[in-house]
This record gives sequence, C-alpha cells and structure tokens, in this order.
Amino acid sequence: MKIIIVGCGKVGMTIVEQLNLEGHDIAVIDTNSVVIHDITNNCDVMGIVGNGASYTVQMEAGIEEADMLIAVTGSDELNLLCCLIAKKAGNCSTIARVRNPTYNNEIDFIKEELGLSMAINPEYAAATEIARILRFPSAIKIDTFAKGRVELLEFRIRSGSVLHNCSLMDVSKKIKANVLVCAVQRGDEIVIPNGSFVLREHDMISIVASPHASKEFFKKIGVETHQVKNAMIVGGGTIAYYLAKQLLNMGIDVKIIESNKNRCEQLSDLLPKAVIINGDATNQEVMIEEGVTHCEAFVSLTGIDEANIFLSLFAKNRSKAKIVTKINRISFDDIINTFNLGSLIYPKFITAEYIVRYVRAMQNTIGSNVETLYRIIENKVEALEFHINEEAPVIGIPLEKLDLKENLLIACINRSGEIISPNGKTQIEMGDTVVIVTTQKALHDIKDILKN
Amino acid sequence: MNYAIIGYILGWVLTLESMFMVLPCIVAVIYRESAGFAFLIVAAACFVAGMLIVRKRPRNQVYFAREGFVTVALCWIVMSIFGALPFVINGDIPSFTDALFETISGFTTTGASILSDVEALSYCSLFWRSFTHWIGGMGVLVFLLAVLPLAGGYNMHLMRAESPGPSVGKLVPKVRETAKILYLIYVGMTVVEIVLLLFAGMPLFDALTTSFGTAGTGGFGIKNSSMGGYSNLIQSIVTVFMILFGVNFNAYYILLLSKNKKSAFRMEEVRWYLGIIGVCILIITFNIKDSFSSLYAAFHHAAFQVGSVITTTGYSTTDFDLWPQLSKTILVLIMFIGACAGSTGGGIKVSRIIILLKTVKQEMSYFIHPRSVKTIRMDGKAMDKDTVRSVSAFLVTYVIIFGFSMLILAFDNLDMVTNFTAITATFNNIGPGLGMVGPTGNFGVFTPVAKYVLMFDMLAGRLELYPLLLLFAPSVWKKN
Repeated sequence: MKIIIVGCGKVGMTIVEQLNLEGHDIAVIDTNSVVIHDITNNCDVMGIVGNGASYTVQMEAGIEEADMLIAVTGSDELNLLCCLIAKKAGNCSTIARVRNPTYNNEIDFIKEELGLSMAINPEYAAATEIARILRFPSAIKIDTFAKGRVELLEFRIRSGSVLHNCSLMDVSKKIKANVLVCAVQRGDEIVIPNGSFVLREHDMISIVASPHASKEFFKKIGVETHQVKNAMIVGGGTIAYYLAKQLLNMGIDVKIIESNKNRCEQLSDLLPKAVIINGDATNQEVMIEEGVTHCEAFVSLTGIDEANIFLSLFAKNRSKAKIVTKINRISFDDIINTFNLGSLIYPKFITAEYIVRYVRAMQNTIGSNVETLYRIIENKVEALEFHINEEAPVIGIPLEKLDLKENLLIACINRSGEIISPNGKTQIEMGDTVVIVTTQKALHDIKDILKN
Repeated sequence: MNYAIIGYILGWVLTLESMFMVLPCIVAVIYRESAGFAFLIVAAACFVAGMLIVRKRPRNQVYFAREGFVTVALCWIVMSIFGALPFVINGDIPSFTDALFETISGFTTTGASILSDVEALSYCSLFWRSFTHWIGGMGVLVFLLAVLPLAGGYNMHLMRAESPGPSVGKLVPKVRETAKILYLIYVGMTVVEIVLLLFAGMPLFDALTTSFGTAGTGGFGIKNSSMGGYSNLIQSIVTVFMILFGVNFNAYYILLLSKNKKSAFRMEEVRWYLGIIGVCILIITFNIKDSFSSLYAAFHHAAFQVGSVITTTGYSTTDFDLWPQLSKTILVLIMFIGACAGSTGGGIKVSRIIILLKTVKQEMSYFIHPRSVKTIRMDGKAMDKDTVRSVSAFLVTYVIIFGFSMLILAFDNLDMVTNFTAITATFNNIGPGLGMVGPTGNFGVFTPVAKYVLMFDMLAGRLELYPLLLLFAPSVWKKN
C-alpha cells in the first residue's frame, strides 16, 4: 500500500520502521530536514521536508495515489488538519494521533465529522495497557482476543515453581488446566513449543486461555491472581491521568507523585478521588514517607526514561510491589531487560501496533481479516486473530492435514462465543475467529499460515 | 567497515558483468569471429568467481555511506579490469594498460580512445567497447539495485554514490522501484533511438553501437571518422538523442508517470541546460558559417558538436580543432559545464553551476548588505545549506585534482593545449579534446604513467570525485 506518514518523531519513526518492514511504499513528511535525512538513510522510504498540512507538500508526497495518511506530529490540531486536507485531496483513509483529553472526550464526533478512519491516543492506549496489567499483576503483559473471551498472558516462571522441568504434555495432564503455552523465551532464544517441550524456571512464557481457565491455572501453580489494591504513580502526565481514572473505576486506590505544583492542582481537580502528592520523586525521603515500601503496584511515568528506570529499581529494592516502567525513547532493550523490572511499557510500540494492525486489516482480501494483532516477547512474536470468511482455504480441513509454516501455532478457535482449544482433528469453520501465534512476520491473511 | 557486504556486492557485480559479456559472444557467433572466445573465457571466469562469492549472504547486512562509496569505487575498478581482459586475450589491444584505458574510458562513458585505427578491431570487441558505455551510463550498481532484492534502506548509499548530481533523490519511495523506473526509461529511449536510426538507413550493428554510445553519453565510434561518414539525417537523430540523454531523468519520470506534467518544464536545471545549448549553437553557427557551404550546414555541425560536448558524449562530425578560436573556446568551456544531474552525462553538472552562480550572487549581496539574510533557492525551494556547501567543496576538489593531473602530465613534455584538453576531456568524460587528442587524434601519445593518471581522472569524473578519493583515506579502511 502507499502510505504517507506526517511527523517523524518517536512514534512516527517507529511506525515508519515497522510499516517499511512489511513492504509498503512510504513517504515521510516532516519539517525538520535532519530527521528526514536520518530516516531516509535507515529505511527505504521517500522523505519530504515540509509542512504536512500543506496541500502542495501532500501532492508532492503523492496524496492522490496514496491509500492512507497517518498524522503523528506533536500537535493534535495539525494532525487533524493534515487528515482533513488529505481526505479532500486524495480521498484516502486517515489516521490521526489525538492526545489532548479534551478532544479525546469528543473523539467520536471528530472521527465522524472529519471522516477519520482511526484516531489513536498513545497515552490512553498505554494507560489501558497498564491498567490491564495491574488487574492481574502476576503477568507481565496481558492482551485479549475475541472481545475478552480469550486472554494472552505473558509471565516469567519463578524459581521453585511447579512448572520447572515440566513438559507441556504434563502441564495439561498433571495440572489439568485448559491452557496453551504458545511461546517461550529462554535467554535469547524464542521457541514456539510443541508437546514435548520442557519448561524451566526463569523462562518467559506466553499462554492462551479463557480468563476463567487462566485464573484456575495460576491458582494451581501457586501464583496470586487478585488485582492490586493500591497503586503509586510517579509523574503526573497525561498517561498518569488516564491511568488513574481507569484504576479508580476499578476500585484501586491511587496515589500520584508530581513535582509541579500547578499540575498537581489540575490533577486534584480532575481526579478528586486520587491522592495527589506534590514532591520530587527522585528524593528518597519523599518516596519512603509516601509508603513506597507498602504499595502493591508502582508505576513510574515521568518524562525521563532514566529516572523511570531508577525509580523502578528503587521500588523493586524496597518493596514487593508489581512494577511498571514507562520507556519513551531509549532503545537499549537488552540492557533494560537484565534489570528484571517486570512490565515495561513503550507507548511508541503500542501506538505502532495499533496502526500496523489497522493497516494489515485494511489491505486484506475478502477471504479473511486480521481482527487483532499483538506483539509479545519483546515484539519478536506476533499473536494475530483472524476472522474466517467463506473463501479462506483452511475451512473444513482437520488441522493436522494443514501444511502449516514453521514456528506457527493455532492457539484457539472462537466459534460464536465458544472457545475451542484445537487438536489435530479440529476443523476451522466459516465465521470462526482463529488466534495464531507465530514468529513469522507480516502475516496478512489466514492463507499466509500455509506453506506455498 | 563491513568488508563482508562489500565483497558480496562485488561478487554480484562480477556475475552481472559475465552476463553482459555474453552479448559480445553472440556478436562473435554471428560474424564467425574467433576473437569471441576471449569474451567467453573471461565471462566464464567472472561467473565462477562471482558465484563463489555470492553463494553465502553475509550475516551483517548493515552498511553506511562510507561502505557505499568504497563499494562503488571498487566495483568500478574491478569491473574495468575484468572488462579489459578480453581485449588483451584476443589481441585486439595487446597492451594491458591500453586495454584498461579503453575499458575505463568505456565504462565511464568518456569515449577517449588510444586506438589510431578503430576499424581494425573485431566486431565483438567493437560491440563490447560500445556496450560498456551503455552499462556505465546509468550505472551498474543502479542496475544491480533494480534486479537484486538487497535488503534494507541502506541501498540508498549505493545509489547516492553512483548517481551523478549534488543531491540524489528518489522518484518513488522504494530504491528498487526507483532504479527500475530509471532503467526502464533508459532502455526505452535507447530502443527508440535504435529504431529511428534503422529507419534512417543505418546498418543494424552501427545503429546498436551508436545508440549505446549516445545513451550512455559515451562516444566510442566504430569508424575512424566517428559520425562523420553518416548521412545528415542520422547525424541529426544522434544530435537530438544526445541532448535528450543529457536531461535530468527526473523530468522524463514526471512527463511519463506523474500527473503534474507541467512541472517537468519548470525544472530550473533543464531550462538552463537547454538555454546554454541554444546560445552556444547560435554563437558557433555564426562563427563558423564561412567555412560551410550554407548556414544550415553550419547550424547542423554546430548543433551536433555542442550537443556532443555539453552532454559529454564526444562524437564528432567534423574536426572542430580546425574551427575558429571563439568556437573552440566555447566548446572547451561547455566541456566543464556538462549535462544535467541525474542524467547519463558527466562534467560538473548544470545544477552545480547554477548553485555556484547563485552562491556568487549571494556573496555579492553580502558585500552590499552585510546584514542581509538570503537562502539559495532552486525550483522555488530553499536549498539545503549542506548541499550548497558540498557543491563549493566539490569545485575546490575538482580544481585540485585537475591541477595535480596537469602537473603529472607535464612530464610527457607535450604542448599545453593537448595536456589541458586531454584532462578536460577525460575528467569530464567527454572523449576528444583539442590538439593531439582532438577529434582526429588519440590518447596513444601519452606514456603509461600519464595514461594511469587519465584513467584515475575518468573514474573520478564519472563517480563525482569522492568515492575514488575515499579509497586513499586510511581511516576508511579501519574496522571501526
């Protein structure tokens, strides 16, 4: 597809890189010639220096033939204007980043009236993801399929766990839980395992199960499953606001530490139920005074990645809290992972994931559709949910007879609300949605799971 | 420095060259020449060597600007060495230095020859000589980029290092598509020229070689009289196509594929280019009209010569060394200007000249209004400061290389006009100069040392100086 991306900041750059990997024709527009220079050197894309809301610049980027325009500049108003002009100039799909809470409340109206295909709010998306994790703190990452009927949970096997030295066949036999282990990371290696695969402690595993089954599974292996009772949030930015709002709705007590007095007053106005502390979180005394040692969840959301990492390390050292760390910019994933900080949130990846999912769904043939796409285990494994329409070439064939690609697993089938854990005899039927877990990148259609 | 990827790309270039060499083999079969076996041997050797190298893809495929520059420079050198071997093996050009000179002259689309009697060569050698122009015109790595699915966005470094012009851009988002489009336009225009020449009554072999020479703006003729022996119609067709191949290919892309066709005519560079050609033809026509029977004949030859020189092709219809001083001076001056950026021609490039002139204008306005702030614009858009700076640096480097070449050539103790125009003609990839290297002379008069200097100049001129100079920078070769 021909895609124009306006704005080449952190999010823009991530989207460009990911969509470029999927083989789209991409033109990038930014006012800063330096970033354009950099991106054209690293990715096979066309760079244009200019104002993305200008008709001439959009024409130069080929808006007339473009299938989609994604506006992810720092300014909401500019993004909306870009989309509006693109809609008139090229009649393409448009995606805008809209982060201002005021607009966010009216987003349905805006989408409808401006003809946006999608509005993405990275802060809100990040907050939702954090809230989901705090609902079930034993997992590092939780994604949902089939409108919440299936969950994909990522967690690390603790030392001394019953899962240590347990083969996957035994998991279903001994523990009698209806869960499917769909991906395992051990060290640098990532495996899509089969039945004889033996789990070890410290493995990072992803399981697919219904919420009920996963709860049971965690009870049986002796892992806490209740949601946290209170959460301490450091940094009072937009994500903190969205997060606090969601947590308060879930009945979780929220304490926000923010160093800017004015912002504190704003927050206390917006979130009457939350406890707002005006203080510098990098001061140890403040943290201890506010009870970092006793909180059940600790979320560091300041604007400085380094501070977030240090705060999280501190909290990890002093408490047993579930720790969530936001990382905006730095890209030293390997090093950060050695700290064992638990859940890491990269707003730019979450945004990119939403957009990539939309783009893939858009370019699909009628045969089937990507309903949902998640990236798990450091973005190295993809879990996709496909909707099966009548023309899909996999209908009515027992799974064992399908010639599937390697490192690919059919994790579950949702047949009008009923969740089926497939075995070799199971057949996919029309109208199902199917969850596929794979290390293969860029699956666009259900037929892509087959070898040619 | 990622040596593995450089080797890998070199391997592909060798493979590609072996495929190109199949063509002269076919010519040899048609004309039943034993000289063709040389091409067969070298092609086989290239193929085996290339295939051995590319059998394994390097693991680390990340490379940057310096690898791009070095790869391009090395590829051109290696390609020229292998391209020269058949001439030595089949005895058409027994001396290796001479054969290498001839091949580099071919690939760099210079068209300067060391041969005094071109017609003595075998058909397959003649064909290969002209075909090297065609390969070198658009660039062998651009061809590689079009046919080979190399991964990553790094390919732009290769394209940038090989394509001429102050700022190399893409036509479409993907490098591979851009390269394909460029070659499609290139092939298309070449075919049109071949067909027109055939209709004008040229034999097939002549039409093919002449078209290759025109398309690459090379200039190797297959006759001792270059284009002088052909009819007026043929010469006119060649004139038009020489000028067309000197136009920035972006203009053709806009004309053929873009919706906003008018902007092709608004390209400042193309307007200047055509303007310079027009003015020069006019002046020369009136300057030489006395030596021709009619004004039309004078115009015809003036147009051919101006088109041939400014596009850096180097065909000739008459011996312009005999023309009046004014005409000769104009021809030497437009040798430096050269064709448009993004064309197959050489020289400093019209766009660089425009930018330099605008810099001069800007500098003058600084003297008049010391506090004035002014950006240099091209096609209505502000030029990047870095581009302007690099153009000035280009000119300085150009002058320095020119100076050193003059110095070394002086050892041969030939006259100044010969030396000066020999360097001008090779450095700007034109071919014939004045004096002993004029349209009727050849480069055989120089000693081997001087020939190697001229070879360096040809490569430096085609690759726009820096790729070749970087080979001599020790820090480039360090591992990190």
